[in-house]
Amino acid sequence: MPKMDYIDAIRLAMKEEMERDEDVFVLGEDVGYKGGVFTTTKGLLDQFGEERVLDTPLAESAIVGTAIGAAMYGMRPIAEMQYSDFMFPATNQIISEAAKIRYRSNNDWNCPLVIRAPIGGGIFGGLYHSQCPESVFFGTPGLKIVAPYTPYDAKGLLKAAVRDPDPVIYFENKKCYKLVNGDVPEEDYTVPIGKANVLREGDDITVISYSLPLHFIMEAAAELEEEGITAHVLDLRSLQPLDKEGLLAAARRTGKVLIVHEDNKFGGIGGEVSAIIAEEMLYELDAPIMRLCGPDVPAMPINPPGEKFFMLNKDKVKEAMKRLAVY
Amino acid sequence: MKKMTEIVMPQLAESLVSATIDKWLKQPGDAIEMYEPICEILTDKVNAELPSTIQGTLAKILVGAGETVPVGTPVCLIEETEEADEPQVAATANRSSASPAPAAANASASERAAVRAQASSRPSAGSADGDDSMRHRFSPAVQQLAGQHNVNLTYVEGTGLGGRITRKDVLAYVEAGSRNAGSSASGGASAASAGMPNLNSREPVRSTGLHLSETPRIPKIEIEGQQLPGRSEYFIDVTPVRNAIARNMRQSVTEIPHAWMMMEVDVTNLVSLRNKLKEDFMKREGVNLTYMAFWVKAVVNAIKDFPIMNSVWAVDKIIVKRDIHIGLAVGTEDAVKVPVIKNADQKNIAGLAREIEDLARKTREGKLTLADMEGGTFTVNNTGSFGSILSYPIINYPQAAIVTFESIVKRPVVINDMIAVRSMANLCLSLDHRILDGVICGRFLQRVKENLEGFTLDTKLY
Repeated sequence: MPKMDYIDAIRLAMKEEMERDEDVFVLGEDVGYKGGVFTTTKGLLDQFGEERVLDTPLAESAIVGTAIGAAMYGMRPIAEMQYSDFMFPATNQIISEAAKIRYRSNNDWNCPLVIRAPIGGGIFGGLYHSQCPESVFFGTPGLKIVAPYTPYDAKGLLKAAVRDPDPVIYFENKKCYKLVNGDVPEEDYTVPIGKANVLREGDDITVISYSLPLHFIMEAAAELEEEGITAHVLDLRSLQPLDKEGLLAAARRTGKVLIVHEDNKFGGIGGEVSAIIAEEMLYELDAPIMRLCGPDVPAMPINPPGEKFFMLNKDKVKEAMKRLAVY
Repeated sequence: MKKMTEIVMPQLAESLVSATIDKWLKQPGDAIEMYEPICEILTDKVNAELPSTIQGTLAKILVGAGETVPVGTPVCLIEETEEADEPQVAATANRSSASPAPAAANASASERAAVRAQASSRPSAGSADGDDSMRHRFSPAVQQLAGQHNVNLTYVEGTGLGGRITRKDVLAYVEAGSRNAGSSASGGASAASAGMPNLNSREPVRSTGLHLSETPRIPKIEIEGQQLPGRSEYFIDVTPVRNAIARNMRQSVTEIPHAWMMMEVDVTNLVSLRNKLKEDFMKREGVNLTYMAFWVKAVVNAIKDFPIMNSVWAVDKIIVKRDIHIGLAVGTEDAVKVPVIKNADQKNIAGLAREIEDLARKTREGKLTLADMEGGTFTVNNTGSFGSILSYPIINYPQAAIVTFESIVKRPVVINDMIAVRSMANLCLSLDHRILDGVICGRFLQRVKENLEGFTLDTKLY
């Protein structure tokens, strides 16, 4: 099985889906001739032509709006938000239109749309290139949200998103692009949306996370194992719908739960995960549920010490894991 | 009780992994103050003194001068002396060798130790450092597992933070227990009973901070601060009395919309009257003729004219009490109590004086019974006794009002456009504004004032 970078797995997924289905097309800012600012869509224009790889104006609302119309007409658009920070002009289209079309039309219409948006910081991106907007869309029924961490899931989830009959937001982590490398099968496969994945088994603590922080968690878990602490690590993969059974099973394994995400703590995914655990399995908890998240400040600072303070890293994660383990 | 604490090699700089002991400044047996340097340390980056993190006696040096050890390695043991009550009791019991108690205590202690040793051979991170603040806080998972496997948590070793019993501790205990039970099936009855100490044990399991079957301890008031350096405050335990006062005051202030008024009263005649009678009264009755008796008489007579003052708010009605039982707020060093003069309206000034003296004495001696404090319908407080000239009393819940008498002071007063020196005092009234309004209270206070100013040299005490 070939090893590949996270970003290559995303590109491969788009390429394969466009080859498989003529209705699949991509649109976004600089996705065509430039091949995307991160080279995610590099080579697609050459292979599929201008009609299926559209360079759009700098207007996210228009990108999503156009994609919604095409999707309702039967196409399978993949709309790219250059950075998830730029996604907010399209929020009305996403929340008030895409998410509600099936419900509003009493099932007559649907909207098989994929919105790809790179999230996360730690790339010297400052306020407008580092945000994690999951919590903005998380509470909207009608949307599906995935956030892969492994290259395998990056490919499999993007393919699943393209084939899904409803709007899917695909949050790819831009720091993972070149950082995370892993096995990706050459053949066609999908990863089911709404299914979490156990990355590592352990008996002392359960760590639940998604996206980049899992990288730190896996590193910390390896180090902690040498100290005699074994961590059970769950990758949520899908944020909406959450894999309730999966996360409860993982939490039950140890009764000690740490939830980690880069998005800020207050109102984040961790609060919902924590609430589900508290609702369903209070009597199996062995420690207060812990969260380790980005600080509740308006944005990622551009100055390096500030960015370092804001970002999670292996040491922060390890310390939190240890604290929970000795509790 | 003595406790050994390890002092470890600290991390003196970020990249430092080990350090060398240069010289010991203290030797075993030396007393050590908190933060007092105990040895000198050498590293590539810094040379420093290692301060003690606790107070005690240096018991043992673990790392000799010149030795290099990794950061975190214990370098010496310090013996802490804990001031606790039990060891003293044990010590006295030991001295009186006739008592069988120490033997029994020893037996149960060794039994316990045996059970613990059997229960777990794992090192206990939590209890090793002597902190067992979390020993009796059980997580839901631990309680559920203990219930499922019928485990008495008293016997389970806690390896978590602060000696907390973790879910894994219970699982390990259950596993060890079932192993023991398995081997004891052939081994004999004694092993079986030791292996499953939980089944018939009546030992109470603590599930909250306060044990339900335990008599709540009576905290003592601590007057002196603890002599810990670096602590700028100390704690006083809240006594049951303090707690009751706090509860009543809060209930009164939060439930009753208080309003307040004050009147000035000329007690010159009363002062003369009392001065004239008090020695004779002392001789005849054996009690002090206090101003309080006159105050109470004046108030009781005013209540007779305005019965609504003697009432209770009952949401959809106002309950007016026919009997007048006057509560006297009596302060002690650390509390305030309100003994009650029953049927105060049926007593003359002499009778009131005797009863006031009686109740005040009982209060000071701490001999008030519950009966002495029940049934008050109106409260008076002699705040003047501690020099106040103006106060804003809190109503004695659920009564309708409270009156205070302030200090009697001589003041120039204008009477008929002439200045005279008169003995003046203030009367303060807090009222439940749900029941009472300004007009009625004004009239009531005016009546109290008239009654007080109406005392003359001819007033009869009997």
